[in-house]
Amino acid sequence: MSPSASSEARVSLAREPDGTLEVRLSGRWALDAGVPSGGPLAEALASAPAPLRLSLLADELEEWDSTLVAFAHAAKTLAQERGVPVDASTLPPGARRLLALAAAVPPRVEPLPPEDDALTARVGRIALHAWDTAADGVAFVGETALALAAMARGKARFRRVDLLHAFETTGVGALGIVALVNFLIGAVLAFVGAVQLQPFGAAIYVANLVAIAVARELGPLMTGIVMAGRSGAAFAAALGTMTINEEVDALRTTGLRPGEFLVLPRVLATALMLPALVAYADLLGLMGGMFAGVTLLKLGPLEYARQTQQALELRHVWIGLGKSVAFGAIVALTGCYYGIRCGRSAVAVGAAATKAVVTGIVLVVVADAAATLLLYVVRL
Amino acid sequence: MTPAAAAASPSPAGPAHVQVRGLTAGYGALAVQRDVDFSVRRGEVFVVMGDSGCGKSTLLRHMVGLDPPLAGDVCYCGEPYWAADDEARERLRRRFGVLFQGSALWSSMTLEENVALPALELLALPAEEARAVARLKLALVGLAGFEDHHPSEVSGGMRKRAGLARAMALDPEILYLDEPSAGLDPLSSRRLDDLVLELRESLGATIVLVTHELPSIFELGDHAVFLDAEKRTMTAQGTPRELQQSEDPKLRAFLSRGRL
Repeated sequence: MSPSASSEARVSLAREPDGTLEVRLSGRWALDAGVPSGGPLAEALASAPAPLRLSLLADELEEWDSTLVAFAHAAKTLAQERGVPVDASTLPPGARRLLALAAAVPPRVEPLPPEDDALTARVGRIALHAWDTAADGVAFVGETALALAAMARGKARFRRVDLLHAFETTGVGALGIVALVNFLIGAVLAFVGAVQLQPFGAAIYVANLVAIAVARELGPLMTGIVMAGRSGAAFAAALGTMTINEEVDALRTTGLRPGEFLVLPRVLATALMLPALVAYADLLGLMGGMFAGVTLLKLGPLEYARQTQQALELRHVWIGLGKSVAFGAIVALTGCYYGIRCGRSAVAVGAAATKAVVTGIVLVVVADAAATLLLYVVRL
Repeated sequence: MTPAAAAASPSPAGPAHVQVRGLTAGYGALAVQRDVDFSVRRGEVFVVMGDSGCGKSTLLRHMVGLDPPLAGDVCYCGEPYWAADDEARERLRRRFGVLFQGSALWSSMTLEENVALPALELLALPAEEARAVARLKLALVGLAGFEDHHPSEVSGGMRKRAGLARAMALDPEILYLDEPSAGLDPLSSRRLDDLVLELRESLGATIVLVTHELPSIFELGDHAVFLDAEKRTMTAQGTPRELQQSEDPKLRAFLSRGRL
């Protein structure tokens, strides 16, 4: 036999007159040499007349590893499904032992019923899951509201240092990115507005556009979105990890409520810090607008400032700041919710952070749209 | 007492400190253990044992008030926990401390802060006193000098001991220990067992130990129950020595590491 012929695994089938199906496994069976197909064997087993016995022969075997055992195990399972007895006594002793070991896996106690895969069943499951999540989310918000009420009565148990820490990370830590984003948004807005207004000789009204849009809408909205990416994800990851490490359970058995001890400081800090950040964002947005107005549109800085002052009624600023409190609460609640309800694996923490950011952004934008509609209806 | 009599669950003399009554353990629609009934006497070390996946930890979560059981109740000195209102539950919860399998120390706090937190928040002790108590508890478990370390800066055995110190923070009457020696080397696990015995002697606490470690079961256990994963119920109770003589082949195999 040439070396090349001997270097691959071969399976030959033969049907003996006494009804035995002989499967001769020969050559070199190795992981790097590939595994022969089990197709012909399956066909032979299925063809009529059904074989009375399956005999696995290994008298011409040169070398073997787990590929041989895998093939033999598959052949044995297949034969046993059809009620055909299997004789594997000529396999190498090691392979026989592995085969016995693979067969010794105890059957599962009461396997779970397979999930119904029909479209209707899947739609139903998704709908039920969405409903459960919504109901659970409302319960979570309620819990936090109760924690807030407990705090108002001076009965909430949480560490003041956690609150201060949350103030620092959500507030001071976000100054840089909030400044950058809002400055650029203000500048871009001024530039886009100017392109439209300049042909009418109304370039100075860019100041009105920037002032109102930034103070009323874009300042709070952009800051809310930045916070969803920053603090929402951070809360979800931190609380998710605590859930996995049983730290949240440890709080519960100690008699501390996670809603008070973990969620309340974070929600409070974010809801109170966001208006401050938005006031800062408004200022930076106006400066961005002025920068674009002065450098690109050649408007006078004083003229621009005076126009801004005239356009920007204080109510616009108050509306923006009021919305930002709600945005802060939404972002922090979403982050904490997904963190506390995190699954029990490392992948679950990543999933929780992703969901917290996505849901946080969606809810902030929806809340902003709802607020804009409401304010339009009441003519503010 | 014969093993058969032990399995018939006689209620021992003296008041039951903790009593599990007709409890079905599980979550959602899945029941992992049915009809679990046993009593823990004051001051004893009671072992809940069983092979992996039999529902020991789920049962423990019901006992310490984390998840409601599917049926039945857990009584502390005769007072049912799950039938009680929130206020009564909070009061009952004060009576026990829990050492979690993974220690579950609060990772953002130092060991001292971990142990001091329950006293600070629940008893409103002044900070200085709470810290003094925390330092004492840490010294009791052999961690004097590690007060300012964070959980991530100490070894697994030390985290377990710090977890034990935290479980004892409010001088509980009952200590629940979930797989205390899991993941520890033989020496650390032995030291932890000795520490548990020592604390039992000196504090007089009742200890409920959830484990499958044979040395701990025989060294520490006064009484034990065995939860069978396949039958999904409690199949025996008695002292560890009695259970060793049990007729139940599965239990005998469990207690002799399969060497019959």
